[in-house]
Amino acid sequence: MKLLLENAHIEGIRYYEAYRKHGGYRSVEKALKMTPDEIVEEVKKSGLRGRGGAGFPTGMKWSFLAKPEGVPRHLVCNADESEPGTFKDRYLMEFLPHLLIEGLIVSSFALGSNATYIYIRGEYAWIPDILEQAIAEAKNNGWLGKNIQNSGFDCEIYVQRGGGAYICGEETALIESLEGKRGNPRIKPPFPAIAGLWMRPTVVNNVETLAAVVPIINMGGEEYGKLGVGRSTGTKLMSACGNLNKPGVYEIPFDLTVEEFIFSDEYCGGIPNGKRLKACIPGGSSVPILPTNLLLKDSKGEARQMNYESLSEGGFATGTMLGSGGFIVLDEDQCVVRHTMSLARFYNHESCGQCSPCREGTGWMYKILKNIEYGKGRKEDIDLLWDIQRRIEGNTICPLGDAAAWPVAAAIRHFRDEFEWHIDHAEEAQTRNFGLAHYADPLPVVTA
Amino acid sequence: MADNIKVTIDNITIDVAPGTTILEAARQIGGEVAPPTMCYYSKLKGSGGKCRTCLVEVSKGSEKDPRPMPKLVASCRTGVMDGMEVKSMTSDKVIDARKGVTEFLLLNHPLDCPVCDQAGECHLQDLSYENGSADTRFEFERRTFEPEDIGPNIQLHMNRCIMCFRCVFTADQLTNTREHGILDRGDHARISTCISKALDNEFIGNVIDVCPVGALTDKTFRFKNRVWFTKPVDAHRDCPTCSGKARLWMRGEEVFRVTARKDEWGEVEEWICNTCRFETKDAKDWVVEGPTKVNRHSVISQGHYAGKVGTAKQPVLIDKVIGKQPKLTFDIHSESEVNKPNIHLSQIEGPAHSDDFNTPG
Repeated sequence: MKLLLENAHIEGIRYYEAYRKHGGYRSVEKALKMTPDEIVEEVKKSGLRGRGGAGFPTGMKWSFLAKPEGVPRHLVCNADESEPGTFKDRYLMEFLPHLLIEGLIVSSFALGSNATYIYIRGEYAWIPDILEQAIAEAKNNGWLGKNIQNSGFDCEIYVQRGGGAYICGEETALIESLEGKRGNPRIKPPFPAIAGLWMRPTVVNNVETLAAVVPIINMGGEEYGKLGVGRSTGTKLMSACGNLNKPGVYEIPFDLTVEEFIFSDEYCGGIPNGKRLKACIPGGSSVPILPTNLLLKDSKGEARQMNYESLSEGGFATGTMLGSGGFIVLDEDQCVVRHTMSLARFYNHESCGQCSPCREGTGWMYKILKNIEYGKGRKEDIDLLWDIQRRIEGNTICPLGDAAAWPVAAAIRHFRDEFEWHIDHAEEAQTRNFGLAHYADPLPVVTA
Repeated sequence: MADNIKVTIDNITIDVAPGTTILEAARQIGGEVAPPTMCYYSKLKGSGGKCRTCLVEVSKGSEKDPRPMPKLVASCRTGVMDGMEVKSMTSDKVIDARKGVTEFLLLNHPLDCPVCDQAGECHLQDLSYENGSADTRFEFERRTFEPEDIGPNIQLHMNRCIMCFRCVFTADQLTNTREHGILDRGDHARISTCISKALDNEFIGNVIDVCPVGALTDKTFRFKNRVWFTKPVDAHRDCPTCSGKARLWMRGEEVFRVTARKDEWGEVEEWICNTCRFETKDAKDWVVEGPTKVNRHSVISQGHYAGKVGTAKQPVLIDKVIGKQPKLTFDIHSESEVNKPNIHLSQIEGPAHSDDFNTPG
C-alpha cells in the first residue's frame, strides 16, 4: 500500500493543478478545522517515527515543544539529506513538492509556526527552484501567506540552501547554519524544542516525516497506526542502491522481508549478473553493515523484516538499524575493506572539527584502513581500529562520532577474516577481493 | 542555605547552588576530583564541551529520576540535579575515555616541548602526564599547517593547536573586533585571520593566557627563557585601560614576561591590556606585591617557590576515593639534582648550568 508515492506516476503532479485534482491539500482543509492540539494528538496516535534516521516518535517530539507566551516558534524541515546511500527525500521533493508543502502547512499549524524553513542540501542545486515554484503556486491559491483559507492562521515557507556539509544534517548544526553561523553542532541541553532557531522553540523534522503527516491527517492517526508492524507504523521510503537490478526509491510496508525487498521483481529485482549477495547496509552509511546470513535471518532464525524492530534485533552484535532508509547492497565481488575505507574517508572529511575524538579519530581510522587496503597493514591494526572506534563512540558532541564508529566496528565484527586476509595477502589483495562465496549464501528463491 | 542542592562526586557530597555545572561543583570540592579541562573556561561564555577531557559518568541522574545517564557527559556543560551521583576518577569508564581523549589530542601534536615557550605551564603536558601513555600508536605523518604571521606581539603555532576555541571566545567577548576565527573543517580546521591580518586590539594579548597549549605565545618572550627559571611575582601598576594587576616573570631584576594573574585552575583572574603585557617590561614601572603562590600547575612549583600541590583537602580525598591513590606531581628533588631548593635561580649569573647545582652549598 502506497501512501506517499501513490500519485507519483501521474503526469504533471509536480504542479498545483494536477496535485489538487488528485486530492491534494485535503489534509490542510481538514486540519484547519481541528485545533493544533488535536493534530498533535492524531500524530501521536499514528505512532509515526522520525524518518531521518534516529526513529524518534514524532508526536512525542512535537509535544516537547515549549510554548512560552509571546515567543515565536519555528518548524524547520531538514532536507539536508547527505547520508551516503540515501536519496529518498530528493525523490519526494523533486516529484511531489506539493506533498511536502502540504505536510509543512499542516505541521506548522499544529506547532504554531508562522515562519517555516526548508533547509536544503547545497548539492541539490535544482530542487530549491522546484520547491519555490510549488510554494508560489500554493501561495497564489491561498494555502500560504496571510489568513490561510480564512482560518486566521498565517504561514510562510522559506527555502534555504546549505553549503554542502554533511554535518548540517544534524539538527543543531542545521540551526546554526540557518542562523548564518558556522555549522557546528550545539552542545545539548538545551534542546531545540526549548531553544532552537534564534533561541526560540523549534522542531526539526525530516522531509519524509513531514510528508507522512498528510496521510495521517487524511486517514486519521488511528487508521495510520494500524498499518505496519509493532511500533513501526505506516510506510517507509527506501532508497536502494548498489549491486541491484532495479535500484531506486521504493515505498514499502513494514512487514516486507528483507529477502523479498532485494530479490522480488516488484522491488529491487535481485542482484545483477547472477552474482550472490555478500553484505548490505540497510539504513544509510552510518548503520552497521550485515553479512547475508544475518541480514536475511535474525539471530532467532526468523526472516528479517524491513522495520525498526526487526532490523535492530539482537543489538549491534547481530543486528543493525533501519536508519534513514539508504539501502546499500554489496555483491560477492565487493571488498568490505575498501568499502569501509571509503566510508571512513567520508566521515573524516565531514567531521566538523569541534570535538577531539571525532576530529582526530576519524582521520586516524581512515589512515589505518588505507594502509590495510593498500597492503601495508599489520595484524595489530585491526585491534587498534577497534580500540579507536570504541573511544570515539558515545564520547562526542553529536552523533557523527557514532556514525563514524559504527561502520568500522561492524565491518571488523562481521568481516574480521577479510581484514586479516588483506593483511596476510598484501599483494593479492591489490588485484582481487577476498570473500567471494564465503559470506554469500546460495541464491535464494523467492516465492512472490 | 535552603535552596542548595546536594550532589555527590566520587563519594564526596557537596551543597551547591542550583544551575551549577558538575565541573564547577567538582572544583568546589577541589583536588583531583575536578576533571581536567582543556577547552572550558569559566570566564568565557559558551566555552566548553569540545575537548571531551572532562567527561564524567553520571551513575544516578537525580533524586526524582535515579536512572543513570546512558553516555558519559561533558561535566563542564551538564548542570547538577538534586541527589545526582557522579563518578569522575572512581569510574574506569571515565579513566579510559580520558586516556582516549588524551591520545586523540596528542595524535597530531608536534611534541616540540623542548623548544616550546609554553612548556612548564602547558595544560596538555599536565593532561598527558596524568592520563597519557608513554608512547604513541600513531604511525603516520603528523598534520602540519603553513605558518601564519598574526602580528608583532603574538606568535601562532597552528601545529600545536588543540582547537579549544578559547581564543575565539576571548576575542569575541573581550573585544569588539574579532579578527581571527576557525577556518576549514574537521582535522584541517585551523585558527586563522584568513587574510593574514595582524591581530590588533588593546586586549588581544589575553588570547596568549587563555591558550592551554603553546599555539599562541608571546613574541616579546619568545625563546628568551624557560618559565621554570623565572620567578613569578604579583605586581600592579596604574594603568588607564585595565586593572593593572599582573604577574611578572622575573629573573634577578629583569622582567622577562608579563601575564595576567591566574587562579588555581589556570584561569585568568583579571584581563590585562597589551600595554601592560608587551610594553611595560621595566621592573621600575611596577609595584611588586610579593612572590606568587603557585599551587597547582607543573614544574614551576618544583623550584623553591612554595609547593602547594598537596592541599589540606588531600588526606580526606585519599580516604574517600576507594582504592585509587590520587597521583601527585612527583617531587623533582628525589628524581634530579637540578633545581635544588637552596639554590636561588635568580642569583645565578647567566643561564643555569648543572655545575651551578652540583657545587655544594
